[in-house]
Amino acid sequence: MSLVELSHVVKRFGTNTVLDDVSMTVAPGEIIAVIGRSGSGKSTMLRCINGLEPIQDGRILFDGAVVNDPQTDLRALRQRVGIVFQSYNLFPHLSVEKNITLAPRVVKNMSESEARELAREVLRKVGLEEKIGAYPDQLSGGQQQRVAIARSLAMRPQLMLFDEITSALDPELTGEVLKVLEAMAGDGMTMLLVTHEIGFAKRVASRVVFMHQGRIWEEGTAAETLSAPRTQELETFLSAVLH
Amino acid sequence: MGYRFNFRDVFAQQDFLLEGLVLTLQLSFVAMALGLLVGVTGAALRLYGPRPVRAVVATYVEAIRNTPLLVQLFLVFFGLPSLGIRLDATTASIIALTVNLGAYATEIVRAGLQAIPRAQIEAGVSLGLSRLQVFRYIVLMPALRVMYPALASQFILLMLATSVVSQISAPDLFHTASIIQSRTFRDFEVYIVVAALYLALALAFRLAFAGLYQVAFARR
Ligand SMILES: Nc1ncnc2c1ncn2[C@@H]1O[C@H](COP(=O)(O)OP(=O)(O)OP(=O)(O)O)[C@@H](O)[C@H]1O
Ligand SMILES: [Mg+2]
Repeated sequence: MSLVELSHVVKRFGTNTVLDDVSMTVAPGEIIAVIGRSGSGKSTMLRCINGLEPIQDGRILFDGAVVNDPQTDLRALRQRVGIVFQSYNLFPHLSVEKNITLAPRVVKNMSESEARELAREVLRKVGLEEKIGAYPDQLSGGQQQRVAIARSLAMRPQLMLFDEITSALDPELTGEVLKVLEAMAGDGMTMLLVTHEIGFAKRVASRVVFMHQGRIWEEGTAAETLSAPRTQELETFLSAVLH
Repeated sequence: MGYRFNFRDVFAQQDFLLEGLVLTLQLSFVAMALGLLVGVTGAALRLYGPRPVRAVVATYVEAIRNTPLLVQLFLVFFGLPSLGIRLDATTASIIALTVNLGAYATEIVRAGLQAIPRAQIEAGVSLGLSRLQVFRYIVLMPALRVMYPALASQFILLMLATSVVSQISAPDLFHTASIIQSRTFRDFEVYIVVAALYLALALAFRLAFAGLYQVAFARR
């Protein structure tokens, strides 16, 4: 059974149709790279999956639950779906430890000592255990982004959504973040990642989804789709990002 | 030109001055606490309330910020009795000061809340926090930090502005001064002493607010 299933999803902002009859599935353990030009609806699709944006038509299922059903407990759902943003969005007034333990403490009522142990564990995964007492503004962009990933992992999600998480970083820092993603892929995490890192997508993703004008224009295995695009639009896109 | 200062008669009334000072402090503290409460409530309603409520709050804020405090005070003390609501001078003062500060505080708190990026709220919501938890753990402290300097200044302005309550004979520091003046005819000396006392109060408030800031926003 698929972990995520979008069927005929339509999302509009006013009269602007941003997702136009989008259907796709994500199987457990799959790693899907979402690519496409600016404004093609990539972020919006991720935000619809964890219910940050309501949709106008169609259906989104996560682990059998209908995300766009008003009856669905979105808070419970969001505990199982992690999302990491381009701009990190760490909480500036909280230390790295508190950033990570906040949700486990107040949402899951975890004890302080248990939560601290959890913080150490997820920080170890992103290679930042020694930064547990630091504040966000004392960290580099790459380190902040790794803390943001650790913060999501602390909720033990079944699905991780990544929205261009390396776009604000220079190449060196991008590398350290991508390494963390690769390790997560090795652990079998299901991931949906919007990225401009085509090389990384080729290496890590099992599937690639190319979005264009709010539609899934082309999709397929990473190797095939990226080396032999079937549509003119994808070919144009790829030559633009690769050069 | 050859004025000879004589503070002795004024200082002879120090107990009386002290009583006025105490009322000034009491009025300030009560109005600050209530005004902040009005401000937080007002800001929340202004931002998240139903449309008509937002309009009411906006009207309240503009009405208060564009009329003199003295007029507001007279409306409460001399106007309300026409509706059968008779208040003593101190109660009327507290109401007028609270209503006045509440309007300014509403604007300050609103600006503070709006300064928190939406992305912060979304990050919290995405972790499964409820709206209230997001407010309590993610929005509140950074927002307070943003609004703190403006709020502290407003509190000090309010403390100085409490002197208008002497106009309805509430026995605050300034009212006491005018009584001492009429007893001693040492106008210049009395008002020099009173000015010095207000100055000392304002400086003490500033120090206290600075200290509180360190305590509240220190990194732990
Ligand atoms: N909150 C919003 N209100 C109105 N329009 C929006 C909103 N968010 C996104 N849009 C519009 O939806 C369209 C798709 O936006 P989206 O952010 O999903 O694109 P994207 O593919 O992620 O682009 P980018 O690569 O620039 O991040 C754009 O036309 C954008 O202007
Ligand atoms: Mg985007």
